[in-house]
Amino acid sequence: MTATQPNVDRRQLSYIAGQAADARVNVELEAEGMTLNIGPQHPATHGTLRLVVRLDGEQVIEADPIMGYMHRGYEKLVEVRTYPQINTLINRIDWLGSFANEVPFILACEQLMGIEAPPRAQWIRTLFFELSRIANLTLFLGDMGVQLGAVTPVFYAFRDREHILNQIEAATGGRFHPNFDRIGGLKDDLPAGWVDETRRALGQIRKFCDVMEDLIVGNEIFEARTRGIGVIPADVALSYGVRASGVDWDLRRDNPVGGPGAGLVYDKLDWKVWTHPDGDSFARYWVRLQEVREACHMVDQLLDSIPAGPIMAKVPRIIKVPEGEAYVATENPLGEMGYYVVSQGGLEPFRVKIRSASFSNMSITPWVLKGTYVPDVITILASLYFILGDIDR
Amino acid sequence: MPSADTETTDAGAETAVDEGRSALLEALTAELGDALLDSHLIAGKDLWIRVGTDAWASTADYLRNRQRFRFFDFLSAIDWMPSPYGRSLDAAVDNILEGGNPLGSSGLVGDHDEGGDAAAHQASGAGAYAGGETRFQVFARVYSLTTKLGVTIKADVGNLGDPLQVGTWTGTYPGADWHEREAYEMFGITFVGHPGLRKLYLPGDFEGNPMRKDFPLLARLIKPWPGIVDVEPMPGVADEGGDAAGEGEA
Repeated sequence: MTATQPNVDRRQLSYIAGQAADARVNVELEAEGMTLNIGPQHPATHGTLRLVVRLDGEQVIEADPIMGYMHRGYEKLVEVRTYPQINTLINRIDWLGSFANEVPFILACEQLMGIEAPPRAQWIRTLFFELSRIANLTLFLGDMGVQLGAVTPVFYAFRDREHILNQIEAATGGRFHPNFDRIGGLKDDLPAGWVDETRRALGQIRKFCDVMEDLIVGNEIFEARTRGIGVIPADVALSYGVRASGVDWDLRRDNPVGGPGAGLVYDKLDWKVWTHPDGDSFARYWVRLQEVREACHMVDQLLDSIPAGPIMAKVPRIIKVPEGEAYVATENPLGEMGYYVVSQGGLEPFRVKIRSASFSNMSITPWVLKGTYVPDVITILASLYFILGDIDR
Repeated sequence: MPSADTETTDAGAETAVDEGRSALLEALTAELGDALLDSHLIAGKDLWIRVGTDAWASTADYLRNRQRFRFFDFLSAIDWMPSPYGRSLDAAVDNILEGGNPLGSSGLVGDHDEGGDAAAHQASGAGAYAGGETRFQVFARVYSLTTKLGVTIKADVGNLGDPLQVGTWTGTYPGADWHEREAYEMFGITFVGHPGLRKLYLPGDFEGNPMRKDFPLLARLIKPWPGIVDVEPMPGVADEGGDAAGEGEA
């Protein structure tokens, strides 16, 4: 299997080359720049991101994101907590898709302990993983409209996301922070009638996707402001750890650690990885729209085939993870999220490196914003899509 | 199971993947020679290698440009010294009963007892996968999209008092920029050749390197953890207390 080469067309390449050349000329002429401070309280920054940009006229010469307004030091905090306690904490990393944060950590612990969750638990895990993806990405699909001045889509997004959050709450007790995954299985089984309710909720999400396609994707203003804007070539994306630009790579299918069937059941489903060759803001939006539809398709199949059986493997009452190291990553709503767990055999990990998707997505901004225009900064940031808690951890 | 060279789990479907990793390890051994200090391979799972400090940057270059490991995953560091503040799950009362300081140690940074100093000198990643000789290590991970393999690369950096320097990866993987800035502020490791090595999260005037083990977690010093006091026995399980009960059930 080879990675597909990006099919970026010449128009975009020349556009980006032109932008870069302009920026270079400006630097060489020592054009007197203006420094503009965006954030940390600007509404377009989804939280407390601060961006210091040096401008020449409308053009960005240099962009410098200032991080750390939400740094909570999770990597330090987890060193003094037991494994079950950590599960509560890491729910707060990417708060829009909390369940997806728990899964790679639990899988890493299971790998070290040599435990495998029973099939029913694996099925329901995958189910909630995809529901988190839907809950997370629906908000993004609406939010992109707000950044472009269209207020309606985000209302639809908040309204329809609630259907999914209700289902997550019905099963786990928490709308945002389910804390539902356990080493060796799950906290609870599904409540009665949940499967049918979830099917109804998926119908709402499918309708929402169609509405978004009508409202946003076909919109002339949207196309004008996103097509060919913020192009990231595949090679650059990869060296920043970002999956984009037509690269056919998805950890749900291509997980190098333990193969696709490690703890989740994606290998038993019929689905495809969506890519878009352009690598611009439009492509990023379009791919996520398709991913929500694909997730609905996957949840449908999962609901049809949940096996019977226990939801918890036999695990010790007091969880001690044997000595060793493991890195497990999953394809979270925003990209790859993984935990490098170093255990020395105690109740608490010795070191946990949290590899979060938004951190990598955000670290590419100095590169991609160079040479763009101020209004495009907002759309590019929105299309890269980050959660501040996921950057700062 | 530290530093076992090859650890065979189950054979069968995983053998093919394992062949890929073995071939990669052979290629790395041929290329790096003596600079490849140690390796650890878990069949069907993952590969760890440890390279010499000087070969850190050139290993990245080789992996990216010759082995087509184009996806940069992450870069970080680790401090192998055991925490001088004791196990934080010990209740303060336990420490007093054992004749220790209720905080588990003498308190603040740079104020260790002799035992702590000795531990700091001996600390190394010797027991870790692919080994280690010094207290501080950097490690990073890259993927190949063509072979669908990942590899974790480690390198020793030094002990406290050493310069703690290692070459930068930013020339090979531009995405290493922020990761190295984070490792710089959290562990105090300097990446030689980095274009703008400055703090990422912390305020500019922050002193200390928070992720080092001897940096106290102030929240726990101000209000010590009460310890495990409220563990109720599971129904039907005789309360043997602590570990014995856990293992009995396993």
